Amino acid sequence: MEKFAITLIIFTVFWGLIGIVLPFLIPKGQNKRLIQVMLTLTSACCWLFWLCFYLHQWKPLFGPQLKRDNARIIRSLWGSEF
Amino acid sequence: MTLCQLFLQPDAAYSCISELGELGIVQFRDLNPNVNSFQRKYVNEVRRCEEMERKLRFLETEIKKDELPIYDPEDNPDAPKPREMIDLEATFEKLDHELKEINTNADALLRNFNELTELKHNLTMTQGFFDDAISHPVGVMEDVGGEREMELGGQTTTTAAGMKLGFITGVVPRERMVAFERMLWRVCRGNVFLRQAEIPELIEDPVSGEKLHKTVFVVFFQGEQLKNRVQKICEGFRANIYPCPENPHERRELAMGVMTRLEDLTVVLSQTQDHRQRVLAATSRNLRTWQIKVKKIKAIYHTMNMFNNDVARKCLIAECWAPVSELDRIQLALRKGSEASGGGTVSSVLNRMVTREQPPTHHKLNKFTQGFQNLVDAYGVATYREINPMPFVLITFPFLFAVMFGDAGHGILVTIFALWMVLKERSLKDKWRNQEVWTIFFGGRYIILLMGIFSIYTGIIYNDVFSKSLNIFGSSWRVRFGDDTLAKHDSVMLEPTPYNYTRSGDYRQMFSGTPYPIGLDPVWQLADNKITYTNSVKMKFAIIIGITQMGFGLFLSLWNHLHFNHRHAIYLEFLPQIIFLACIFFYLIILIFYKWTSFDGSKATDAPSLLIHLINMILFSYKTDPPSAAVFYTGQKQFQTFLILLAVLCVPWMLLGKPIYRIVMNKRRANYSTVTNHAAGNDSDVEEQHQEEFHDPAEKRGVVLDADVRDTDTEDMLDDEHSHQQHHQHEVEMSEVWVEQGIHTIEYFLGCISHTASYLRLWALSLAHAQLSEVLWHMILHLGLSMNGYGGAIASFFVFMPWSSLTVFILLLMEGLSAFLHALRLHWVEFQSKFYKGEGYPFVPFSFRLLLDEAPVEA
Repeated sequence: MEKFAITLIIFTVFWGLIGIVLPFLIPKGQNKRLIQVMLTLTSACCWLFWLCFYLHQWKPLFGPQLKRDNARIIRSLWGSEF
Repeated sequence: MTLCQLFLQPDAAYSCISELGELGIVQFRDLNPNVNSFQRKYVNEVRRCEEMERKLRFLETEIKKDELPIYDPEDNPDAPKPREMIDLEATFEKLDHELKEINTNADALLRNFNELTELKHNLTMTQGFFDDAISHPVGVMEDVGGEREMELGGQTTTTAAGMKLGFITGVVPRERMVAFERMLWRVCRGNVFLRQAEIPELIEDPVSGEKLHKTVFVVFFQGEQLKNRVQKICEGFRANIYPCPENPHERRELAMGVMTRLEDLTVVLSQTQDHRQRVLAATSRNLRTWQIKVKKIKAIYHTMNMFNNDVARKCLIAECWAPVSELDRIQLALRKGSEASGGGTVSSVLNRMVTREQPPTHHKLNKFTQGFQNLVDAYGVATYREINPMPFVLITFPFLFAVMFGDAGHGILVTIFALWMVLKERSLKDKWRNQEVWTIFFGGRYIILLMGIFSIYTGIIYNDVFSKSLNIFGSSWRVRFGDDTLAKHDSVMLEPTPYNYTRSGDYRQMFSGTPYPIGLDPVWQLADNKITYTNSVKMKFAIIIGITQMGFGLFLSLWNHLHFNHRHAIYLEFLPQIIFLACIFFYLIILIFYKWTSFDGSKATDAPSLLIHLINMILFSYKTDPPSAAVFYTGQKQFQTFLILLAVLCVPWMLLGKPIYRIVMNKRRANYSTVTNHAAGNDSDVEEQHQEEFHDPAEKRGVVLDADVRDTDTEDMLDDEHSHQQHHQHEVEMSEVWVEQGIHTIEYFLGCISHTASYLRLWALSLAHAQLSEVLWHMILHLGLSMNGYGGAIASFFVFMPWSSLTVFILLLMEGLSAFLHALRLHWVEFQSKFYKGEGYPFVPFSFRLLLDEAPVEA
């Protein structure tokens, strides 16, 4: 549970830095507004995309269906412990 | 953007326009639209320019014929002064004349040369005939040893027996030889004797100029009649007849004379060619500069043709649109131009005009934003002063493309291609200008670069690199089945709940409870039900991003309303729209997030199906039958009913709101104007009438100088609401308002639902892309890589070619184009219909740079 929260906070802070804090640090110039809009939109879209995939995998309703051989291979390669 | 009037002194006009052309921020209006182009003031100058261009084109073709390189100037030369134009004309005339002379001389010399060559061959061959005839006295000539009379042009041979044999020698193309012979035989009934010898080398025909194989022939005949016939046949076959003296001595002399003449001619010809090369080389150095100069002159005179010549004030009047922020620079340019032409004390004047016409739309762009603006403008140029969607499209378009493209490996390839184009911009700019496909790709290089970068990101989230997954952080799933379970079943499904929710003891935890940190877990790549799993998340994301983008579009429309001060539109259009969207679709998003966070594997069968719930919400049906359709939070039924009613209320709110407001405003204005009419008495009636007719011609021409006073008066009388409207102050037909509002209402509300569903194409295309990628892996690359040993090495080598070419052509090009198109459609229709009117016209300034860039370089 903690790992879930930590990852969530890390990524939110990461994209938040890019999208909310960084725009204030852009030097004055002809393209200042444009760069600010670009940064904000990029971080919003990318964060939302990451979040949807993260939340969807948090509480899956069904698990992966593996063929017998694939299951054996995974069991031997990845082990049985987390 | 403001409409300006320029008063130009006729002498200074040219240089002023030249300066403005270099500046490139002014759009001139045509003040003489009804005048025929042949009746305009500067038609002669334009004609002279075209004549110069014709001469330059001729010079260019001559240079290209000789394959000389044409030197491209580094920067564009300025437009020349009017006096320089005469000098240019004289130069071009001289060059033109000279080159034509050289050409005609060369042609004549060449023809002469060819004739002499043929004569030379003729003489050598006939020499051979006569020698043969001497040594082999067979055939017609009975006694060869006899005297021969010599006749120049007569060509008779007398034998001892007194029979006169005439002969004709000439040269005929080899292909015609057989027909020639047959014709001779038939016509002369076999009474002529023909000998022929082929000329071994190719000869250039003096008349037609092409190189042919020719044959020398000599025809012996007796008598005048036969001579005539033979001559006629020779003419018919276009054989070149050459005189040949009988006397071998004279023949030798003639042959030597021909040789010397040939040598002389060769020298003269090569000298002529050298002269031509020199002339052309000198021209090629200046050709491009001249072409640019002439183009500029022509452009200036075209522009000056659009001006109004005011005879009374002895000046030229020009009208132009110019951005307000650039007025200073324009003033500066005018001053420069006036000084340059030595215009004396009076300089050109710029006067701002007030008008009701809609100005052209001008966006300040750079090479990066130009591409995206083109995408937006292709649908419609923004109405004057409305919000430009380009800065938002700049990011959301590549992002939505990437959601549909979603493969990191393909994204890397696209990024590399785009980086190459961007980094090598300078050198690639002018290459392959006439390949349209290349210019399209190159023009969109920044778009492609962003698309590639976002594709790498979405590829990482989808965990798809050429249809394979990366396991960087360790999967969250483990297989905890025993060998006996695996032996019994062909396929097993891992347990999704991370804690023991069963009462029994044979629960094994196979999911760690923490999701894979970035993107999709790598275990799914090997799962049979991968598609079922990813369908769910991709569809949900598509809906979320779609509704978010549409909501964003609505807020942009709010911004538009605030800017134009349409307060009524905020309450009567924006509010119902956003409330409707929020009640149904934002609520759906909240439900999606709620389902993601509240239901886990233990309650899998009870998890609500959101689609069923949405449908039931609209139909007000609340069954409890399948658990997926039963309510899952207290108060759901009441809350949802409330939301639906609120949403339904928005429909008449939007449908009736604006028209009713219009009616009220019209009534209020009618009251107001009757009040003023009564107050001012008769004068104001006349004034009102004046206003109406005054504005109509003003709208058409907008020239009148004294317009300012009138305009400010009318501006004060109207509210802010109507100050930006384009048309007259008459009442707009109420039925039109009702119909228009009805259409907008239906379009919006139906559109909400259909556009939301339309965003599902994000899911569909990403699925198609992933599947195509996987097919290429399984059917092609896997075959090669799965073979062992040396055979495997060779097979891997050969399998790479079809795999890579199919990847490039099908996945990168075809799928890329498809995703591009769909992302573009999503922006044009689903996003922009919420706020964008797009009814403006673009600002096309008079700029030399634009003029010269547009002209394609001839191949």
